[in-house]
Amino acid sequence: MIRSTHLPLMVTLATFVLAFALCGWQYPSMLSTRVVANLLTDNAFLGIVAVGMTFVILSGGIDLSVGSVIAFTGVFLAVILRDTSIHPLAAFVLVLLITTMFGAAMGAVIHFLEMPPFIVTLAGMFLARGAAYVLSTDSVPITHEFYDTLQDIYWKAPGGGRFRLIGGIMLLVFICGALVAHRTRFGQNVYAVGGGGPTARLMGVPLARTTVGIYAISGGLAGLAGIIFSLYTSAGYSLATVGVELDAIAAVVIGGTLLSGGYGFVAGTFFGILIMGLIQTYIVFDGTLSSWWTKIVIGALLFSFILLQKGLTWATITRKRTATGSAQQS
Amino acid sequence: MNIKATLLASAVALTPAFAVAQDLTIGFSQIGSESGWRAAETTVTKQEAEKRGIDLKFADAQQKQENQIKAIRSFIAQGVDAILLAPVVATGWDEVLEEAADAEIPVVLLDRTVDAPEDLYLTAVTSDLVHEGRVAGQWLVDEMAGEPCRIVELQGTTGSSPAIDRKQGFEEGIAGAEGLEIVRSQTGDFTRSQGKVVMESFLKAEGGENICALYAHNDDMAVGAIQAIKEAGLNPGEDIKIVAIDAVPDAHLAIANGEMNATIELTPNMAGPALDALEAYLADGTAPAKWIQTESKLFTAADDNAAIYEEKKNLGY
Repeated sequence: MIRSTHLPLMVTLATFVLAFALCGWQYPSMLSTRVVANLLTDNAFLGIVAVGMTFVILSGGIDLSVGSVIAFTGVFLAVILRDTSIHPLAAFVLVLLITTMFGAAMGAVIHFLEMPPFIVTLAGMFLARGAAYVLSTDSVPITHEFYDTLQDIYWKAPGGGRFRLIGGIMLLVFICGALVAHRTRFGQNVYAVGGGGPTARLMGVPLARTTVGIYAISGGLAGLAGIIFSLYTSAGYSLATVGVELDAIAAVVIGGTLLSGGYGFVAGTFFGILIMGLIQTYIVFDGTLSSWWTKIVIGALLFSFILLQKGLTWATITRKRTATGSAQQS
Repeated sequence: MNIKATLLASAVALTPAFAVAQDLTIGFSQIGSESGWRAAETTVTKQEAEKRGIDLKFADAQQKQENQIKAIRSFIAQGVDAILLAPVVATGWDEVLEEAADAEIPVVLLDRTVDAPEDLYLTAVTSDLVHEGRVAGQWLVDEMAGEPCRIVELQGTTGSSPAIDRKQGFEEGIAGAEGLEIVRSQTGDFTRSQGKVVMESFLKAEGGENICALYAHNDDMAVGAIQAIKEAGLNPGEDIKIVAIDAVPDAHLAIANGEMNATIELTPNMAGPALDALEAYLADGTAPAKWIQTESKLFTAADDNAAIYEEKKNLGY
């Protein structure tokens, strides 16, 4: 029983291990602490936003606004730190409040006006990107010394890899996300909503609270990812992170979460992120392949994971049908 | 054969300190391929590396800084001997450049510079936009040889640094000359179509016979303007002298056909000087200057433009 429900997660994990082993076999220097540290550092913002996206997709929704929210957060922080003397920590709190409220507002529109999440978050995407442009069209550098302090926090592993603060924050977000999804009432409600709205209502799931909560989490985590991204690049740029929402969705699906909702694991998303990071690393190591191969490989992976999901769903239904059939006969 | 022998000899001579010198691996993080010039820069960089027997790892960042940072980190992890970086934006490089410095991998900036402490990169190879304008101005001064000349100017995108610098340089170039004056100056947005439209308005406003020369901030606008001049029944290159900047293949073709007089090259070969500096640095630690200015070469009808066109047309412009 457990084996069949964990199968997509196992496939993702096996894909990652196999891919890493193949890469290491071809380029031995890929099996270094540097590459591992890079995978965590370089994908920190994407990982954090993908945790939020996992909740959204588990509930059967989609959130297209996250890439724009990251860019908005970065520009907002850069401008506010340039023009005022607010401490970055206060600015972080402020921007997290804004983005969480923004997500919650989208969730409320989706629930109370019964609009499809696709359209509502598409509007959110344009709104956040537009707001970022209004604040500044240039890349605004962040020079506050608190940023230097945060950027200087790292653990240098033997082999030269630097495990930075932002990679650690991503791991923490994944752990918290997994706990919330699998160990709390709210998490159960998310799965229930993804399994089907009317059924969830009959089960007594507070639909409004759950939907608003899901998009608030996604918005808030996009804000956190924006903070991480501003630490990563020491700047806010309104053109940054275009299309990151799609990368996040891809990571979630490669991680074994059903796009129709109700099934999946936060941990799967983590390996989805690592697989995507690994492909990019491999292409740079090779150095002759066009970078666009990243997209092709991710596309092929996505497609095969969708097929796998469909196959599993189909297999489960057939098994159920045979089980009910034989029960009736006896 | 000769190159190989030289390389081998230098490798043998330097074996204890630089065991890798015989097989240099260099990572190149390129912004993308948004313009013809950048595609040409990529092609030329690959050719330069191949010529020197360098193993070039190429990473196209698709206009995204995060992709460039990832690529540089991967280059470091891979243990390349040096990194070439054409940065997409000026900010946010300190962290990753520190990692490169920490791993003792020299970084050379191509075509653009960054807002980072100078000790974090070996050198920057860029063109001098003001100088390009100055060369264009100087050419016109020499060409007119004391005759008066009413000049019209097609500016680049308003507020962009090439437009500002190339305008300033040209004005400096003609500053001392009697009788040379810019009578009209408008933006043509660096595009062929706008170049044509704005030139048409110049011809209407001034009358074609009253314009002696055209200065365009890039070749594309000049090529558009040539069309407008022809349609007005005048001979471009004779009735109106034309000088522009960039030296794209079409400009060479226009010069070869006698429709344009001069162009100043914004060379796509930033990698050549960069690799020269790197090889010297890796061989015996010679630190180059912090800024290497590429040559702003003037091409006129005296050059074999048809041959240069043939040579350049396959670079990806």
